[in-house]
Amino acid sequence: MYRSHVLVCGGTGCTSSHSGEIIEALEKEIAAKGLSDEVKVIKTGCFGLCALGPIMVVYPEGCFYSEVKVEDVPEIVEEHLLKGRIVKHLLYDETVHKDEIKPLSETNFYKKQRRIALRNCGVIDPENIEEYIAMDGYQALAKCLTELTPEDVIQIVKDSGLRGRGGGGFPTGLKWSFTAKNSADQKYVVCNADEGDPGAFMDRSVLEGDPHCIVEAMTICGYATGATQGYIYVRAEYPIAVKRLQIAIDQARENGLLGKNIFDSGFDFDLHIRLGAGAFVCGEETALMTSIEGNRGEPRPRPPYPAVKGLFAKPTTENNVETFANIPQIILKGAEFFNSMGTERSPGTKVFALGGKINNTGLVEIPMGTTLREIVEDIGGGIPNGKKFKAAQTGGPSGGCIPASLIDTEIDYDNLTSIGCMMGSGGLIVMDEDNCMVDIAKFFLDFTVDESCGKCSPCRIGTKRMREILEKITDGKATLEDLDELEKLAHYIKDNSLCGLGQTAPNPVLSTLRFFRDEYVAHIVDKKCPAGVCKALLSYNIDPDKCKGCTACARKCPVGAISGTVKNPHTIDTSKCIKCGVCMETCKFGAIYKK
Amino acid sequence: MKTLEELMAIRDKAKANMTDRDGNGDSIRIVVGMATCGIAAGARPVLNAFVEEVAKRNLKNVTVAQTGCIGMCQYEPIVEVFEPGKEKVTYVKMNAEKVPKVVADHIVNGNPVFDYTVGAIVKD
Repeated sequence: MYRSHVLVCGGTGCTSSHSGEIIEALEKEIAAKGLSDEVKVIKTGCFGLCALGPIMVVYPEGCFYSEVKVEDVPEIVEEHLLKGRIVKHLLYDETVHKDEIKPLSETNFYKKQRRIALRNCGVIDPENIEEYIAMDGYQALAKCLTELTPEDVIQIVKDSGLRGRGGGGFPTGLKWSFTAKNSADQKYVVCNADEGDPGAFMDRSVLEGDPHCIVEAMTICGYATGATQGYIYVRAEYPIAVKRLQIAIDQARENGLLGKNIFDSGFDFDLHIRLGAGAFVCGEETALMTSIEGNRGEPRPRPPYPAVKGLFAKPTTENNVETFANIPQIILKGAEFFNSMGTERSPGTKVFALGGKINNTGLVEIPMGTTLREIVEDIGGGIPNGKKFKAAQTGGPSGGCIPASLIDTEIDYDNLTSIGCMMGSGGLIVMDEDNCMVDIAKFFLDFTVDESCGKCSPCRIGTKRMREILEKITDGKATLEDLDELEKLAHYIKDNSLCGLGQTAPNPVLSTLRFFRDEYVAHIVDKKCPAGVCKALLSYNIDPDKCKGCTACARKCPVGAISGTVKNPHTIDTSKCIKCGVCMETCKFGAIYKK
Repeated sequence: MKTLEELMAIRDKAKANMTDRDGNGDSIRIVVGMATCGIAAGARPVLNAFVEEVAKRNLKNVTVAQTGCIGMCQYEPIVEVFEPGKEKVTYVKMNAEKVPKVVADHIVNGNPVFDYTVGAIVKD
């Protein structure tokens, strides 16, 4: 029995800022003070507040230390763990109010969150099955196998109203019932953990922080649909997630929670991991299954749908990581528990990976129906450097943007679709006034051009042509006819592509055109980039009234484009200037501006 | 593992080994003074005895924590018990042998052990 537990985040974010070394230092220091039998160090999954990593939480007090450095460890051990004096100056400042220490749940970042899928992330040791069981783990599976029929299980999932969290929003219970209906000698369950959107890391965090819940949920799905074999398709770029998943699968097998005759019910189920090489198209369900089969990851036409002819041409249920992560709680606490949260047509919660121009980058789980304003201003802590919110991009390269004028939109599947956006898997990238919307659209098009598998021509050729037009626009060489052509092409690609990748690839363009058409027009007609991003359309200039003639910029300019004599205003030769911006960063007087 | 009972047995055992990670404020807090004075007077065995006793009885909603110098160094080891909505109780000159009685009488049954409190021991 340990009197104190020190939880250190072992998610990818905190690991990259050296939480591993902090754990080593902690263990060494604790041993040196003779506290090894009293204090236990636990490596957990993601806490969510990645912007403030590495994160360390000490229980039973629940003290939240943020941005911990290896050098801070001796002080925390000596003061807090040995003498019981909380090291206030190392705590997350929002938890310290005058002399009181507030619980984490009362800080702005966590206050409005409701954690279902992430409930164990940052709470348990993901590599220890006993901690998962202590948090009621595998009870839902036991309940299904000993008390419920497969039809009961599907009915509960249907009643809960859970919709696919991968982005499509298809009702999960209905999907399960399709597979259950089809009889075959072999059926499969597949977990889609091929999280490919730039800026999205929800699934990774669930797998890293709570891998057993995916093992449990997939086994439940197997029981409900009549499948005996499951595959988790996860990117090889997620080494921590892969390692912890494998540990979880091995532990579940040792404990008889996977394998033959689970809970003495006669039900057999086993799981295997398949590593993906990181192609975006493999997140599309049919391409993913083709890849598991050992072939090149390319989509195939639907119908037949996976529920009829999926993996190895057998009936297959495929769900996203976050969808599965909700299942054990729904079974344990009931459908009403789940659909009491969120909105009528989108019950439950949604995990978002907050990124871009926002103070609290990280992972948040909010009830559906929370407004974008609450996410950005309250939970996210607003935009850095006092800049203005311009738009938020959801759904990555398949999604669209929500402009500032719609910041009070309540986030759920249908509201987002109605404004030409989509929920997507949960990447939420915040943009401020310094972001050029044409440039953003071009960025996502770059991505889809690279990631198009090439099987169908609308996607393979169409996206490339779209990118060429966008390049013309950002280079200031486009005409208004090009804009019409771009729009026509976008609709054509949407209607004619084989799979979800191509069908959604034009979304970033269509959505930015809908809300920021004036920016496109400014690029084409005025040859200006209002946000000052597109290099071809800007020039750097020196304000002679502000320039003191200090020569600092001239000395830094890599191409010698700045001339002038000491104590006299300088000038920039725009024909030589390569627009690198070094002069602007160098100038102490704010004399250099771009237009 | 073949039955729900086996699973629940593992759960209860594992849960007892995890300190309260909900961080909710409605639990009874047993706080042991662990400044230099407390440690020198033997606060560590007292702290460990509380942790073990609470675990042994599988008490829910009780946290054992430590704090710094309480200010009456000559009466260390000092232990304070905070119950929501009640006056705090301060035990002084504690040792590991006294701990089971405090847990049994006070924490479980709600009757503070008056003989060990600051009021009984400190005579003016």
